Amino acid sequence: MSKEWKPRLVAFFCNWCTYTAADLAGVSRLKYAPNVRVIRLMCSGRIDPQFILEALTKGADGVLIGGCHPNDCHYVEGNYKMLRRFQLLKRMLGDMGIEPERVRLEWISAAEGEKVRRVVNEMTEQIANLGPLGMPGRFAEWDREVESLAAQIEAREGGGCGCGSSGAETAEKEVAHV
Amino acid sequence: MSKPKVAFYWCASCGGCEETVVDLAEDILGVVEKVDICLWPVAMDFKYKDIEAMADKSIVATLLNGAIRTSEQEELAVLLRRKSQYLIAYGACAQLGGIPALANQFPREQILRFNYEECPALDNPGKVRPQVSLQDNGRNPHLPEFRNVVRTLDQVVDVDYYIPGCPPTPALTRAAFDALLSGNLPPKGSVIAPDVALCDECDRKATKPTNVAFTEFVRPHQKLADPELCFLAQGMVCMGPATRSGCGAACTSGNMPCTGCFGPTSRVRDQGAKILSSLCANIEAKDEAGINETLRGIPDPVGTFYRYGLAKSLLRRRVDLNMTGGGH
Repeated sequence: MSKEWKPRLVAFFCNWCTYTAADLAGVSRLKYAPNVRVIRLMCSGRIDPQFILEALTKGADGVLIGGCHPNDCHYVEGNYKMLRRFQLLKRMLGDMGIEPERVRLEWISAAEGEKVRRVVNEMTEQIANLGPLGMPGRFAEWDREVESLAAQIEAREGGGCGCGSSGAETAEKEVAHV
Repeated sequence: MSKPKVAFYWCASCGGCEETVVDLAEDILGVVEKVDICLWPVAMDFKYKDIEAMADKSIVATLLNGAIRTSEQEELAVLLRRKSQYLIAYGACAQLGGIPALANQFPREQILRFNYEECPALDNPGKVRPQVSLQDNGRNPHLPEFRNVVRTLDQVVDVDYYIPGCPPTPALTRAAFDALLSGNLPPKGSVIAPDVALCDECDRKATKPTNVAFTEFVRPHQKLADPELCFLAQGMVCMGPATRSGCGAACTSGNMPCTGCFGPTSRVRDQGAKILSSLCANIEAKDEAGINETLRGIPDPVGTFYRYGLAKSLLRRRVDLNMTGGGH
């Protein structure tokens, strides 16, 4: 990764509490790390685990989820649904080799602009220490072994039967095709 | 007039998909009457060089089953793509990665080491591993390389249609042949099966509770399941809500919960995340400790939710695994 890498966080905030808190942080002119892209949803219960996985696979280094405190959900149960999903998702992400710190769930009420600032700053620092997740780069690296086949076939069709082409020759061909 | 040519090929698969073709029973005669089979390694003797010699697109359809794990499988996928008008991913492994794609949780080195060195049932004192090339009396034969990543067919070549299932049913296979031979084909990229959840054709649908509140999850070996009651109402993980129908609810009518082999419907990108979402949301507990106590009943979420779909999932593979170079 290049030196100028900076953590990129995607935040899913619920409309009624955490997004309003982020708004409050804004009007209160609280400064916090600019590494977060906030997406507003009506409720943390609307956050499909697919959204979190997709954010990570599309290049986010971490995902922050903000919802109302227990018992405060505008839709009564949504934050509990998120909490339950989060418990198993965290375990599953660990099984897939993703550090648990990359996905964080926080209850932040509409009055807690200060907490938005603290959580975003903390998480940005934590992810900066962890380093990039870099999924798009990983996918590209994984797929390179398939791309090399095309180069091999081309090398073989250019060079007759192909039985004689050694690994070294193939490697040269690959370089030539970059 | 010569009959249209059809090919069957297998990659990283168990042979169950081939069995389904055989399970067409007498209907296979109807198929053979209308088409010429030009490649079918499991049953008939054709050579790869015969396929190479054919004109491009001269095979009407190739039904390819199995995930793509080795360089040879990749090569044949590329060759058959070139020679076929329609390339059909046949079965869960070709469509989603299938059981072989569960290997995407482990490094290649660990798999090779276990299978060629550490497996207790093994007699390989020299710890010999398959080589990708060797010198033999002046000849230099090349053998397939075991890739780092297990892939679906469409992660290697362009795919026209998908026939889901582990294995697909004879009825779906017959429907696909009928569509091919009549030219009455769905849009490219379609999965040739109904686009609704399995629950829709499950006999237990009427007993599916409107409000599920899981207090525990039990696995099939831990409980004698009620043969009529929805599995979710019995606290069993059933992939039905996140799985495409079309199998005739074979498992649930055999008193086993669905394990998800038909993959998701067209509206869902990641089958595992979707069933996780649905099951977890319906846990009764509201506190972390209580939720995790209930979730103890799902000890292996990846193996349970992505049993057939890990290669096609959003993450595809354990993300912290490295790629190692050529050779074993």
